[in-house]
Amino acid sequence: MCLVTAQLAAPDDAGLRRLLHGLPPVDQVGAEARAAKLGTRSIKTTAKAQALDLAVRMVDLTTLEGADTPGKVRALCAKGIRPEPDQPTCPSVAAICVYGDMVPTAKAALAGTGVKVAAVATAFPSGRAPLAVKLADTVAAVEAGADEIDMVIDRGAFLAGRYAAVAEEIAAVKAACRTGGRDAHLKVILETGELATYDNVKRASWLAMLSGADFIKTSTGKVSPAATLPVTLLMLEAVRDFRAQTGRQVGVKPAGGIRTAKDAIKYLVTVNETAGPDWLDPDWFRFGASSLLNDLLLQRRKLATGVYSGPDYVTVD
Amino acid sequence: MSIFEYAPAPESRSVVDLKPAYGLFIDGAFVDGSAGSFKSVNPATEEVLAEVAMGDASDVDRAVAAARRAYDEVWSRLPGRERAKYIFRIARLIQERARELAVLESLDNGKPIRESRDVDVPLAAAHFFYYAGWADKLPYANLGPDPKPLGVAGQVIPWNFPLLMLAWKVAPALACGNTVVLKPAETTPLTALLFAEICQQADLPPGVVNIVTGAGATGAAVVGHPGVDKVAFTGSTEVGRLIAKQVAGTAKKVTLELGGKAANLVFDDAPLEQAVEGIVDGIFFNQGHVCCAGSRLLVQESVAEEVVDRLRERMKTLRVGDPLDKNTDIGAINSAEQLAKIQTLSEAGEAEGATRWSPPCELPERGFFFAPTIFTGVSQAHRIAREEIFGPVLSVLTFRTPAEAVEKANNTAYGLSAGVWTDKGSRILWLAQRMRAGVVWANTFNRFDPTSPFGGYKESGYGREGGRHGLEAYLDV
Repeated sequence: MCLVTAQLAAPDDAGLRRLLHGLPPVDQVGAEARAAKLGTRSIKTTAKAQALDLAVRMVDLTTLEGADTPGKVRALCAKGIRPEPDQPTCPSVAAICVYGDMVPTAKAALAGTGVKVAAVATAFPSGRAPLAVKLADTVAAVEAGADEIDMVIDRGAFLAGRYAAVAEEIAAVKAACRTGGRDAHLKVILETGELATYDNVKRASWLAMLSGADFIKTSTGKVSPAATLPVTLLMLEAVRDFRAQTGRQVGVKPAGGIRTAKDAIKYLVTVNETAGPDWLDPDWFRFGASSLLNDLLLQRRKLATGVYSGPDYVTVD
Repeated sequence: MSIFEYAPAPESRSVVDLKPAYGLFIDGAFVDGSAGSFKSVNPATEEVLAEVAMGDASDVDRAVAAARRAYDEVWSRLPGRERAKYIFRIARLIQERARELAVLESLDNGKPIRESRDVDVPLAAAHFFYYAGWADKLPYANLGPDPKPLGVAGQVIPWNFPLLMLAWKVAPALACGNTVVLKPAETTPLTALLFAEICQQADLPPGVVNIVTGAGATGAAVVGHPGVDKVAFTGSTEVGRLIAKQVAGTAKKVTLELGGKAANLVFDDAPLEQAVEGIVDGIFFNQGHVCCAGSRLLVQESVAEEVVDRLRERMKTLRVGDPLDKNTDIGAINSAEQLAKIQTLSEAGEAEGATRWSPPCELPERGFFFAPTIFTGVSQAHRIAREEIFGPVLSVLTFRTPAEAVEKANNTAYGLSAGVWTDKGSRILWLAQRMRAGVVWANTFNRFDPTSPFGGYKESGYGREGGRHGLEAYLDV
């Protein structure tokens, strides 16, 4: 696809518009019906056990509050490393996701565990700041040791059709992720709740991938609606088609609003049947969540013991 | 083993209380048949599910007499709002016993439980709810100031949607004040007999609904009975012709819903991902045993390769197997006879030079199964582009311009349904005006609703079922 390579070299609004608006459109009713149908898969016994463990390994355990303190972050890290203190078979989560100033605390708490530190950056969650501020935000987090950067796109620019501005910003943040010889993974948050249409979700997904995103992520969690199954379905289709055309694999992260194991399994089914098994790995699919983990743990126990243990048997962090 | 292999998730059979033998349902009670019995088989395992009474002309005679009596003495005299109460009650009972009906339907028919649970049974209940609402509003249906019922309706239904086709037939008939003698298909009589129990449970007056099970001769006896005022048939065009001849020259009103060879048109500006989903729904829903199935894919040549590639990828995720597994997408072919017909036509497709493709899938050893199949390089002259296969077999053809699309789509002896996939609203309207098909779906396929009329052009039959239009077939207007 020569248009794709041309756009990578020198993005301009008209060219990007031709490319993004040339993508096959999305029929809303059809996309939602497909997602609903995938949601009816019945995942039981061994498949459920497998899915629950996989989901735990895919969690980006998140705290993004003004009230976050080092104590809170350290507690969350402990939980992420060993979600079930009395069950050594329970895997760790993929990453702990925090604001940039909490990166040193998280990094120290997670040292030597394999659990990654993800930091939100670029004037998260609104993204309303000058580019220099966003880049400084990113550089600070990378220098403090963040393995992954979750940036937000400029939704205002996107909705105004200033696609080149969005693309250039993503590329600049991507460059900032390589500060000091490091190579932090870049997750690009589309904030699909503000993009409003499925066509926009599809276009923003392609724009982010073309501009160098390692992951495309649905939401900040601060806007409603956050992640939905149809939106995630469309993003999974986009990464599948993008790999078919360019050879580069991009990950997907739905974030916000996924609270139950049942929901998480619906997402895994959708990954399995849309992008395919290649994406069924924490390197390529993540859940941005805080309360999801405890429900996964409760269901995991239920499956192992046959009884529901209740909320007092999982930790509150 | 892949990273995420779905474990078996079978729906429990225990919810169905299957009796070893079933009689005919005449005048509110189960009675023995006069012509012995036949076996109803689970097509997924070939096990015998039950012995079912074979009704003959004398049984039909009894059933029609009971229906006439119920019509004269009770049903036609009840005010519409009283009839509505019974029909609402039936609708609620179908909902209450939905799981039982769904499991039994999947056992007897072979369709996946996901479809019987999410489509057949809810739609059957919806039809009863919808027509119950009409029962006391018939003077306001734009069919004249005081439309009257016809009398006794003789109804013969097919095996592809046993309970749903029953609902399409029985609900409007009862709402309009008629009584019914219904003959279910030979291979799928069981949900109709469970429906008979529901009629008892609803305290429906005896004789209002009569169910006579049997084969072709039984159906012919229902259709040909002089006491029947109205004939409604859904099934093959071949049998439809026989029925039309049989009732010609009598006072009987007839509606026929027959075969189809629907075109599903995909334009280059279509929402391709959803179009692929619609193609899959169009031809693989219910193993392709759907008279309005989108069995001819007509795709614009400029996107043909991409669409077929995407379709192949999508077909690899279809799960063929045990109909009672909640994750099964394609269940069993209803009978050995139907399987043989699908095989014969598929072989003809290969012999005529089309390219056959199926995803790798393991079919169960027992039972009647057929892998989802597409034929590319099909031309209008091939048998697989003209004849109704009634199985999970799609013929892919291409077109270059909208005019060519219309010409090819209409170049068939049938005319039941069609589908259009395009992002352009004006093109949808342009096409809908030119398609000679009873239903034209835009950016969707195989969607049904009781409020929407359904029926055919040409060899797909005549008369409409569903919606306000569906009332006309059961009223003297």
